[in-house]
Amino acid sequence: MREIQAEHIAEAVKNLCIQACYHLPDDVYKAFVRLKETEKSPSGKLIFEDLIKNADIARQGEFPLCQDTGMTVLFVEIGQDVHINGSLEEALHEGVRRGYTEGYLRKSVVAEPLFERINTKDNTPAFIHYKITQGDRLTIRMAPKGAGSENKSMLKMLVPADGMEGVKKTVLEAVKLAGPNSCPPMVVGVGLGGTMEIAALNAKKACMRDVDSQNSDERYAKLEQELLELVNKTGIGPQGLGGSNTAVKVHVEWSPTHIACLPVAVNINCHAARHAEITL
Amino acid sequence: MNQEKIKITAPFSKETAQNLRAGDQVLITGKIIAARDAAHKRLTETLARGEKLPVSLENAVIYYVGPTPARPNLPIGSAGPTTSGRMDAYTPAIIENCRISGMIGKGYRSQAVVDAMVKAQIPYLVSIGGAGALIARSIKSYTVLAYEDLGPEAVAVMEVVDFPAIVAIDSRGSNFYETGQAPYKEI
Repeated sequence: MREIQAEHIAEAVKNLCIQACYHLPDDVYKAFVRLKETEKSPSGKLIFEDLIKNADIARQGEFPLCQDTGMTVLFVEIGQDVHINGSLEEALHEGVRRGYTEGYLRKSVVAEPLFERINTKDNTPAFIHYKITQGDRLTIRMAPKGAGSENKSMLKMLVPADGMEGVKKTVLEAVKLAGPNSCPPMVVGVGLGGTMEIAALNAKKACMRDVDSQNSDERYAKLEQELLELVNKTGIGPQGLGGSNTAVKVHVEWSPTHIACLPVAVNINCHAARHAEITL
Repeated sequence: MNQEKIKITAPFSKETAQNLRAGDQVLITGKIIAARDAAHKRLTETLARGEKLPVSLENAVIYYVGPTPARPNLPIGSAGPTTSGRMDAYTPAIIENCRISGMIGKGYRSQAVVDAMVKAQIPYLVSIGGAGALIARSIKSYTVLAYEDLGPEAVAVMEVVDFPAIVAIDSRGSNFYETGQAPYKEI
């Protein structure tokens, strides 16, 4: 049994929030530098240049990468041999509260969705997904998720006969509907299989993967590549102003599913595919 | 996209509003007005009740933005554009009643908005979504004018110098999203 103090977790989450909003992940930065060269559209090239400049300015710590510092999504993996002194849940929210306040990040969460929509003023609650794992470590993967891209999510309960064509059609439809609103060049997360909510969760996890990663199953890795080529044929391009790079990457995550189901979820991340991770 | 950057002043004069063409790159200097979702809802509700607006928007260039909080000694935090489409439900009424001179945001607009723009002879510009740190450097001041309780969604006046933007839809209704994407569209 390993002990972790709740306070240690709160500070770690605070730092993740600040890091994710000011430091473009290295994998994304490198992708911008590479895509600036391959982009066919002159305006697209200029946009990549500006995105690189933006990341350089943000890294200095005065201005976040984007004013939409998002809802805070946390994927928490807790080793079964970990004991937490204090409330884990409260520590995670407290970390978000501190990160968004001390980091001068925008508070973008309303307490209730339909009637009064009052801002909680500290960006809590965080949206937390827990998983119990082997071992004595605690891993927190954090992603600030902005609304421009989140609003362009899509979920379709396809049937097995829809097959590969159905999956491709759904992804393409989601990308076309997203257009410039989701701040392309985007990262497209595709969740396949499972139940309705598992497909959505897989799509979110896919969005948060490093952009230099690929699915460990080579059939799905090949599908990721095919989907990327398809998405880039839409011509939407950087910022939707036309070009050969509509997406930086397409990621697929999958789960087993019912004999009669083929759920497809698409969750889109903007070009600032922000994510940060720590293992305690 | 036209590579040469045109320097213009905000609020836009009638000539500027009419002469900008879809695909023009501009650098805006002057005053623009920040207002987004919640402010648009309140403004149009006030107009619908026939009441006076808390701030005159005549000739205003409206920027759809909700900045991050400013650090001490800085005028503003990160301040890139938000999705304009969410304002579409309110925009025709704002254009018709307030006589604004332009809008800045990101993304597509509805046909109803384009029709109202053409009728009023005003342009819609976009700046780079997700480049809030870069854009913030062109913003010299941020002063709340109304709806302070809305926090980052308050109506505010911003002084800008060489604020970078691209004309997405001009006063004739020409759309740079369409013409920009066309050469690269394979499916």
